[in-house]
Amino acid sequence: MGQLAQNLTDIGYMDTLAADSTPLHRLDPRAKLLTTALFIVAVVSFGKYEVSALLPFLLYPVYLAAQGRLPVGYLLKKVLLVSPFAVVVGIFNPFLDSGVLLRVGDFGVSGGWVSFASILLRFFLTVSAALLLLALTGMNSICEALLRLGVPRTFVVQLLFLNRYLFSLTAEAESMSRARALRSAGRGCMGFGVFIQILGHLLLKTLDRAERVYRAMLCRGFDGHIRVARFSNIGRPELLFCGAWTALFLVFRFVNLPVALGQAVTGLLK
Amino acid sequence: MSHHIVEAQGLRYSYPDGTPALEDVSLRVEHGEAVALVGENGAGKSTLLRHFTGCLFPAAGTLRIGGLPVDKEHLAEIRRAVGMVFQNPDDQLFMPTVFEDAAFGLLNLGVAGAQLEGKVMGALETVGAAHLRSRPPYRLSQGEKRAVSIAGVLVMQPDILVMDEPTSNLDPRSRRRLIELLRTFKHTRIIATHDLDFALEVCGRTIVIHKGRVTADGPTREVFGDEKILRLSNLEQPAALRKCPACGG
Repeated sequence: MGQLAQNLTDIGYMDTLAADSTPLHRLDPRAKLLTTALFIVAVVSFGKYEVSALLPFLLYPVYLAAQGRLPVGYLLKKVLLVSPFAVVVGIFNPFLDSGVLLRVGDFGVSGGWVSFASILLRFFLTVSAALLLLALTGMNSICEALLRLGVPRTFVVQLLFLNRYLFSLTAEAESMSRARALRSAGRGCMGFGVFIQILGHLLLKTLDRAERVYRAMLCRGFDGHIRVARFSNIGRPELLFCGAWTALFLVFRFVNLPVALGQAVTGLLK
Repeated sequence: MSHHIVEAQGLRYSYPDGTPALEDVSLRVEHGEAVALVGENGAGKSTLLRHFTGCLFPAAGTLRIGGLPVDKEHLAEIRRAVGMVFQNPDDQLFMPTVFEDAAFGLLNLGVAGAQLEGKVMGALETVGAAHLRSRPPYRLSQGEKRAVSIAGVLVMQPDILVMDEPTSNLDPRSRRRLIELLRTFKHTRIIATHDLDFALEVCGRTIVIHKGRVTADGPTREVFGDEKILRLSNLEQPAALRKCPACGG
């Protein structure tokens, strides 16, 4: 199987994971969506040199992955795949901000390195939470939840089609790349000219295919609203999930637990 | 909507770039009939099918389905009455699981709960795909994809079933299963195909389209017996009607 085909299977695998039936999967998507949004806001609201206070937030993704019986290795790979973006954002911090911020024995750590670590940690927390939400809920249910929360329909339908057309795009790209490889006499790398041609063609073919998919949807009564078969209502489990995690996020946000724990331990030792 | 009749009178259509696709097509398909639409590549078969589902509207002439004109005003009723199975199942299957895909049309009709479950599973069982309910459609074989795409249309209980090249990419066994399945249907069936042996087995009547015009319309055996008409449309007599190459009998 080609790399592209593998990626296609990978995209679809998130939907397969979302079809599971653990209590977390069965929670109303709105509860998971709102809690994850709150989690992300809490994580990004810290100052740029904050690292220790972010650590307790790891509890949320760990809880979701464990309770939702999700494959941790697969999700970590997905996080790693997008990590270069975060690295590029923070990589220059150690050079631009060289003032020593903390000392570990004789070793001084500059503010740049601390803020770089903070960026990486925040990236890990937010991206893993978003991926876990997707793997626990599925794109269609997330979109349905967005609609029920009052997000404009135009925006939600755009998001939905963007997700569905990823499949069309990958499938077309896979077949074109295979066709090129079979007629390129073993040359692995395509020239810039060929690449541009393929890219142009890919766009046209994908638009064409997207049109056919859309037509097929219209024929089955699509009216701009994707309905999902499994959609629960807000009940006690949802209120408990939202309430408990909101309370924990507030504690994590306003109390630096690792520092408090450290102070308590050193106080006891004295 | 009464009487599942499809009636076209002087239908004309040209694509936006000016390419003429249909030129004066007139036909009438009665309730419960199985009709094959045959013709060379680019003859206008798929364009005609798109008119039946209101994906295209005639530039001239009239098209009525179940007595209703195919126009924007009656689109919802037309699409409720006509179920279209696309040539490439990948264009049709886009939900995360087979069950959700088969349920897509019903959910759009407002069916939910136990009724939804029962109807979807019923349709999946009809096409022999009930065991695939939790599988993602993109991982199925071509034959399975075709079966699921038919279930997704059947579940909406259409009066008229329109199919575009249903046997393309199917292995002989899957093709045979499809033939047997289609024979059991009581719907009005309009099937565009190049597979004339398939047409001979499933459809009692055949309409030949050539360059956007109807060149023959009659009982399938009679139409396929006219070699001149078939040759004009780049078609060959089906194997079942040809003489035995060994004995000439």
